[in-house]
Amino acid sequence: MKIEIEIDGKSFEVEPGKMIIEVADAAGIVIPRFCYHKKLSVAANCRMCLVDVEKSRKPLPACATPVTPGMVVRTRSKLALDAQKAVMEFLLINHPLDCPICDQGGQCELQDIALGYGSDNSRYDQGKRSVKDKNLGPLIETEMTRCIHCTRCVRFGREIAGISEMGSIGRGEDTEIGTYVEKSLTSELSANIIDLCPVGALTNKPFRYRARAWELTQHSGVSPHDCVGSNLHIHTRRNAVMRVVPKENEGINETWISDRDRFSCEGLSSPERVTSPQLKRHGQWETVDWQTALQTVVEALQDVTEHHSADRIGGIISPNATVEELFLFQKLLRGMGCHNIDHRITQTDFHYQQAMPTYPKLPVSIADIEQQELIVVIGGNTQHEQPLIHHRIRKAWDNGAKVIMINPVDFEFNFTPTQTLLVENRRLPEALTGVTRCLAESQQDTEIAKDLLQSVAVTPAHREVADALLSAKAPLILLGAGAQNHPQAGLMYALAERMAQLSNGNVGLLTAGANAAGAWLVGAVPHRGPTGLNVSKPALDVQRMWESELPAYVLFNVEPEHDCANSAKALKALSQAALVICLTSYKTPAMEQYADIILPIASFAETPGTFINVEGRWQSFQAAVIPKGESRPGWKVLRVLGNLLSLDGFNYVVNTEVTDELRSLATTNTPEQPAGPWRYPSHLPTVSEGVERFCYWPIYRSDSVVRHSQPLQKTPLSETPVVTMSPQLAQRLGLEAGTEVKVSQGGDAVVLQVCISHRMVGDTVGIAAGFLETAGLAESFGTVKIERI
Amino acid sequence: MVKMNQVCYRTLDMPEPWRLATYEAAGGYQVWRKILQEGTPRDQILEEMKKSSLRGRGGAGFPTGLKWSFLNPNTPGQKYLVCNSDEGEPGTCKDRDILRFNPHQVIEGMAIAGYVMGVTVAYNYIRGEFYEPIERFEAALKEARAAGLLGVNLQGSGVDFELHMHIGAGAYICGEETALLESLEGKKGYPRFKPPFPASYGLYGKPTTVNNTESFASVPVILSKGPDWFLEEGIPNNGGPKIFCVSGHVNKPGNYEIPLGTPFKDLLELAGGMRNGRPLKAVIPGGSSAPVLLADTMMNITMDYDALAKAGSMLGSGAVIVMDDTTCMVRVLARLAHFYSEESCGQCSPCREGSGWVARIVHRILHGEGKPGDLELLDNVAGNMMGRTICVLADALAMPVQSFIRCFRDEFEYFIQHGKSLVDGGKLR
Ligand SMILES: Cc1cc2nc3c(=O)[nH]c(=O)nc-3n(C[C@H](O)[C@H](O)[C@H](O)COP(=O)(O)O)c2cc1C
Ligand code: SF4
Ligand code: FES
Repeated sequence: MKIEIEIDGKSFEVEPGKMIIEVADAAGIVIPRFCYHKKLSVAANCRMCLVDVEKSRKPLPACATPVTPGMVVRTRSKLALDAQKAVMEFLLINHPLDCPICDQGGQCELQDIALGYGSDNSRYDQGKRSVKDKNLGPLIETEMTRCIHCTRCVRFGREIAGISEMGSIGRGEDTEIGTYVEKSLTSELSANIIDLCPVGALTNKPFRYRARAWELTQHSGVSPHDCVGSNLHIHTRRNAVMRVVPKENEGINETWISDRDRFSCEGLSSPERVTSPQLKRHGQWETVDWQTALQTVVEALQDVTEHHSADRIGGIISPNATVEELFLFQKLLRGMGCHNIDHRITQTDFHYQQAMPTYPKLPVSIADIEQQELIVVIGGNTQHEQPLIHHRIRKAWDNGAKVIMINPVDFEFNFTPTQTLLVENRRLPEALTGVTRCLAESQQDTEIAKDLLQSVAVTPAHREVADALLSAKAPLILLGAGAQNHPQAGLMYALAERMAQLSNGNVGLLTAGANAAGAWLVGAVPHRGPTGLNVSKPALDVQRMWESELPAYVLFNVEPEHDCANSAKALKALSQAALVICLTSYKTPAMEQYADIILPIASFAETPGTFINVEGRWQSFQAAVIPKGESRPGWKVLRVLGNLLSLDGFNYVVNTEVTDELRSLATTNTPEQPAGPWRYPSHLPTVSEGVERFCYWPIYRSDSVVRHSQPLQKTPLSETPVVTMSPQLAQRLGLEAGTEVKVSQGGDAVVLQVCISHRMVGDTVGIAAGFLETAGLAESFGTVKIERI
Repeated sequence: MVKMNQVCYRTLDMPEPWRLATYEAAGGYQVWRKILQEGTPRDQILEEMKKSSLRGRGGAGFPTGLKWSFLNPNTPGQKYLVCNSDEGEPGTCKDRDILRFNPHQVIEGMAIAGYVMGVTVAYNYIRGEFYEPIERFEAALKEARAAGLLGVNLQGSGVDFELHMHIGAGAYICGEETALLESLEGKKGYPRFKPPFPASYGLYGKPTTVNNTESFASVPVILSKGPDWFLEEGIPNNGGPKIFCVSGHVNKPGNYEIPLGTPFKDLLELAGGMRNGRPLKAVIPGGSSAPVLLADTMMNITMDYDALAKAGSMLGSGAVIVMDDTTCMVRVLARLAHFYSEESCGQCSPCREGSGWVARIVHRILHGEGKPGDLELLDNVAGNMMGRTICVLADALAMPVQSFIRCFRDEFEYFIQHGKSLVDGGKLR
């Protein structure tokens, strides 16, 4: 039942329960406001939105006054304007009015509204308040004298970040916003308070004093760091990315972005960028022109084809590459007769690859995650892996959903999951089998995988998960990085699918990188070509490529020492190879050793392209700046190489022709295939004994751009390479926090410090990837020996 | 002769008036015991409360019986009852003495209220500075629990009533009922935006009734002596005796519990008349938030909600601040403004910024640095604060400012022009 109200003489039919300001906003009627924000709870403290409501003696706050039938509102009557102007005056008396030196100048809500509601000269002629600044860490600059106490940042912490880091201290005029005990903010979403702050109290620290708002040009972009595909506005000046802010997209990132999305751009100007083509001659790196470099690449590749064969080349590409890059990469290699192509660089199990769908796609939209009744995350630190999907999961939880985590580490989340089933990493398949057995027995549907299910004893924890699954209408089961990278990834996927079948649920993969869906669709895998068509001769997956110690490798934006699972194997393969060609934006010390040719390619914001996000949404974007130095967009480099190798079908002029080609293939070829069929072994693989490594990529080690962002590396969330173990294990091994230990695996060993955490379970130790210090281990998930040195 | 101390202070003249035995000797806990034995119908009590015309003693004067009827005893789920013993309004000191000398009467009043509204858990939020009252109340709770008057299934009746004490931490704003609830929840004492009112969204988001200490303490006597008796002790629509906290330039400052409708003249006489026989200049009749009234008005007024409202002020908490002709009103306003600017919670822009601004203008006048136009500015800033905030603290400063300027404009103008007081010639004391 709608009700009718009138605002400024116009009638509106509105939902009861809406606030006046929501109706006005939808109708384009401007009511000034500071504390109100559509994504936060109503505080009604700034009083800027006072409007004249008939039958009320006093002006009422539009943000907190619900509409009632027949209500007559005037937003610009004398009563309303007087009240608004009076509030404006109050807000300005203690404001420093230092707009000329304020980074918020030109994009400031206070400045804008003061223009409309402020007075030309001040009636206040006494001393102004000044407030000591707080150090909130490397991302957010403070100038707390400018604060107008709207409490948006405070509410953000409580309601969105899920961790109350900001609060108001003191009373009356002495009220200050801060963290009480001074500290850096720890939320992975913290910097959204920069956008929320209506004044210049909280500003972007790395961006400080670098440009004025009106000097910036705004470009649309898509985040390259996770499968969410957060929409960005990239702000540039004189061909440099100055900062990144969220672009609102209700279906994806709402009004937020993660700190990783916002500050990774600081890595674009790192001194480790390669800005010109380079060749290694007689062990020395030489800078050459593009023509020489490309010619050398062509000759070297032809040399491999002649002396060995094309299928002795390994082609490995980052899942953060664009659709166009991925498509041309596989087209180039396949054109030469090589199918050894893979983007699954963090994974270790591929035997189930035929059962993969055409491309992984969530069974629900990102926005619909918050409507779920039950979400089961298997092997996922979602808060760090996909911060804005995690935000939706938290919203679901906030709406009353059950959230169950089945994990090898008791990851710290910004809410308390309904249940956490913690097991050693190697026992994850066993846990899933136990849950599946419960489900099968209660559904009396025990034929499928009968032997496997019977090989596992059911525990009360398994039963608890099964009961939750059975009592939900349509549970959503999500497999995180820990499940997909697991040595038994295929079995876990199969079990998750069986769990879903037995509980009317759906399974989704939270894939690595920004464009795993795109990579699958274009065929950046050894067994399938574009749109999922099987290739005649299945070739080597990334791990087989390392193990086969091929004579030549082509790496596209991949730093195997940081980005790949089983990194020591990769380094070993690369160091024995006669030819390693790196198309890359950064040069690392290890790369200087293993690479022979470096072709500098455009990084984030420097290339046009397309990402397909985890819900299957295609998002294309333009370059915001031209690539740094001599670097060139990756798709162009691949196109030229295709031409130089005299391959067919490389005469593209613009990148959209590549996308169009893929689209037309997708419409003419076979329809998208779902996941399956699944095969189940008769028993679980035997698990090893002793200490085992669990490998993960910390939030700010996820890709090379992020790793080069100094501000992100200085945050409390940034990790150092350590070996993390439970207090019990440390005690058993006789180790204390900080002890230096030798961690060895077969013949490989690394030296790390011990970190003790009650979040670890059993004999599983956490050793992160993404660090050179840990790259020397050959098995991301194998057993390790730990000795004091 | 005015009848005194018939309700809240009825045990005052007895030895150890705060003890359970004393209270019972004075007729205490009869109503509560009767309820526990006979299960007196709730509606009957509610009717009697309404009939008594008891109006809330915390400041706003809202009819207590009506407030209780907002909480339906039959709605399922937890409900709460809260006693407001934060007593922060300058000039007010009545609740402190109720807690010190007759704590059991508050307990009984709350128990009865809890029964009427179907509430089983209650809190008394006591101002943190009240050392002795806190000890007395805590001791009384212990006695009452031991006597089976608080707890579960009391005297086998099936009625539960638990009462806990909470000690505040020294903020005037925590006397505002929704700030009090926030504080009780362990949060910062910020008033909540209303609606929703506590009756639908109160403590921990549950239906809650908040009453003042004196309101609760009046209940047992209303019910034992009957609502008619209580009404007779006041005037229509202003039931019962009320405690007046007389302070300032009188010979015998103190708490006087006398019938509502008593002429101010008589109250002044009870308080020993003016100190040193000096003439009366002005009175703030209902706590510092109430507009000031001039001597002429006061000498012809009766002390009740309606009469004071008609005269443009209010009965408020019953704190009567008496000032003789030696009082410099600029100095008084400076003191008041300082208080409110210190006590603003700081949420609302008009209050946070306005209270400090007002205080600084009055301060500069008092320091001989007033400027022409300051009075208009003061009046205007106060006007801009009024009626535009979440709670009425902003109004509580704005009203005295406007009334002081209206009533004593000459004193303020003189101070601005001459840099010294018209009354005592000094700048600062
Ligand atoms: C700023 C402010 C301070 C207040 N302080 C008190 C107080 O100290 N004690 C009190 O009983 N009521 C105080 N009140 C009134 C309460 O909000 C509330 O109206 C009262 O406790 C209700 O009880 P009653 O109906 O029994 O009067 C205050 C109100 C405001 C706006
Ligand atoms: S009026 Fe003043 S005291 Fe009341 S809520 Fe607003 S800022 Fe706080
Ligand atoms: S926007 Fe309504 S009070 Fe702040």
